[in-house]
Amino acid sequence: MSNVKISTGHEGTAKDQITAYFQRVKSGDMGALPAVAALLVLTVIFTAASPAFFLKPINVANLFVQAAELTMLAAAMVFVILLAEIDLSAGVTGGVGMAVFFRLMQAGMNWIPALVLGLVVGAAIGFIIGFFVSKIGVPSFVVSLAFFLGFQGLQLVLLGEGGLFRVDVPPINAIMNENMPPIGGWITLAVALILGLLITGYDRRRRASHGLPNRPYSLVILKYGAIAVIGGIILVVMNVNRSANVFKPIQGVPYVIPITLAILLLGSMVLDRTRFGRHLYAVGGNPEAARRAGIKVAKIRIISFIICSSLAVVSGLFHVSRLGAVEATAGRQIVLSGVAAAVVGGVSLFGGKGRLMHAAIGALVITIISNGLGLLGWDAGSNFLVTGGVLLLAATVDALSRKRSAGSQVRV
Amino acid sequence: MEVPVIELQDVKKSFGPVDVLKGINFKAYAGRVTALVGDNGAGKSTLIKGLAGVQPYDSGTVKFDGEVVTIHTPRQAGHLGIEVVYQDLALCDNLDIVQNMFLGREEIKALTLNEATMELQAQKALESLSVRTVKSVRQKVSSLSGGQRQTVAIARSVLRQAKLVILDEPTAALGVAQTEQVLRLVRTLADSGVAVIIISHNLADVFKACDDINVLYLGKMVASLKTKETNQADVIGYITGLKTAEGDDK
Ligand SMILES: Nc1ncnc2c1ncn2[C@@H]1O[C@H](COP(=O)(O)OP(=O)(O)OP(=O)(O)O)[C@@H](O)[C@H]1O
Ligand SMILES: [Mg+2]
Repeated sequence: MSNVKISTGHEGTAKDQITAYFQRVKSGDMGALPAVAALLVLTVIFTAASPAFFLKPINVANLFVQAAELTMLAAAMVFVILLAEIDLSAGVTGGVGMAVFFRLMQAGMNWIPALVLGLVVGAAIGFIIGFFVSKIGVPSFVVSLAFFLGFQGLQLVLLGEGGLFRVDVPPINAIMNENMPPIGGWITLAVALILGLLITGYDRRRRASHGLPNRPYSLVILKYGAIAVIGGIILVVMNVNRSANVFKPIQGVPYVIPITLAILLLGSMVLDRTRFGRHLYAVGGNPEAARRAGIKVAKIRIISFIICSSLAVVSGLFHVSRLGAVEATAGRQIVLSGVAAAVVGGVSLFGGKGRLMHAAIGALVITIISNGLGLLGWDAGSNFLVTGGVLLLAATVDALSRKRSAGSQVRV
Repeated sequence: MEVPVIELQDVKKSFGPVDVLKGINFKAYAGRVTALVGDNGAGKSTLIKGLAGVQPYDSGTVKFDGEVVTIHTPRQAGHLGIEVVYQDLALCDNLDIVQNMFLGREEIKALTLNEATMELQAQKALESLSVRTVKSVRQKVSSLSGGQRQTVAIARSVLRQAKLVILDEPTAALGVAQTEQVLRLVRTLADSGVAVIIISHNLADVFKACDDINVLYLGKMVASLKTKETNQADVIGYITGLKTAEGDDK
């Protein structure tokens, strides 16, 4: 045995760590950085262009609510994009799940089991797509395109031509349209911070008990401090009364935000901390290597498609909540924005690279573009053009950074 | 007689009409480095893919520690203690060294990945092989050089306490210094009691690092020699088919 010490990446001062981070960024490992930068730039531009409206509490609240539906769909998509697959049917899958939910309720079922069955239908759809992709070997682009077309028909069959039916379930309508009492927001933020700190503390203790070094405390404080400050600012804005009607105040964080964040955090835990998550990344990075390591690649693929379709139904639920209705055409438009959001957020279409939070950041970018341009009175056409341009830019950054990290090494 | 860790008897494999392995007999022993040489297309990779469970043989007997076994999946091979370092290394570029070394056998505690234990063991495995060139065990594999990747792939088998480690052309893409390093690594591994099989086209390397030499020629095992009792000219003769199993030149 020798006494050579190989580092673990946790050594050094906060400054060393930050230097190392920028080195990784430089070598092409940029993560959400471009999207976060875009978010800031767009915020500055739109605030300057529309100072009277853009950062108004009412608009900020609208922004988050609009982004939530897209975030959920993009997050769904992340699970399959990480495998270098795609699910073009995710949007209409959400629509089908909600159509089933509605018909069951109409047939007299209580909304809770009806919703559960809607989710089960989503999971079943994911299983079928995953089966075709992994067991039969049909490219996911084609399978999901077929389902995209077929499910538009199924929605019409379930709800009828031009079908639009009111959904009057208070808890469901509340998701997008009601707000937590102001104190609720603070409690949520506090709980989130405490949970995060507990997990970090647990990890650090475990490392320490193995004699492994930990990153300096200052970084932990920096991270959670940033979350606390940003979260706090958003809360302050959200807790301002944004109603034009003096007799009916509107204030607080829309329920959809903690719901979305909870799902994203749970999903991130699955991706980062479970064997399934690890295997998912491995299959996305090198399926053959994963197979040789004894990973059941087909199983991983199928589970990923199941998660994708199930979360797509959740996104569909958000849509129903916002509209207060199910519609036969739900999910057709939004699906491509979902893919775009994930890619803009920094999830690589080549597979193996990306996180759930990227979906949220990408969705915010896309939502801000349409919201901001709308405030400026630009038409839908320019919105599509700008969004398309941003997507192309993001995909280019992805491809180039891939090239760069491939170029910075000697390949076997 | 010592029992070989792995013994193949009359192993056959064909792809459609093409017979790639035509009844192979082969042995590899603990603590010894066994070379498998032969020209391009001789069937070397096919032979080891059968041992790895990636591409099972059509027929024949496989004995592990003297007992007949069936190896149909990589999992079965892994359970027996067979580890393969492939020509293409089969690493996931998007994962770091620790994640790659534990791929498929992650340590779990309280339903979640036990990163600390894995990190520590990976560090120890690399250090036991006197690896100096890797900076951090949390480096992404995409940022490693060819030799470093090879090192990681070999260290993975150390970690799994393999009884048989198979290396497919471990030095093909490496420079002089890195080749030296990998060969030293192989020796360290064998000295720790592991049976090592190396596929190589580089006879100088083979004669430097291996105890036994087996030559495949067009799907047949034409020679099984002790390195000490043969020389490069003979082995080249077998590889090119100029010399036959009976020992007389054509
Ligand atoms: N999956 C396959 N399908 C059909 N033929 C195959 C397949 N795999 C290998 N072969 C054929 O089997 C023969 C032996 O291939 P193998 O890869 O085992 O050779 P090798 O000895 O490893 O060669 P090299 O030194 O070039 O790596 C070759 O003729 C090859 O074309
Ligand atoms: Mg080969």
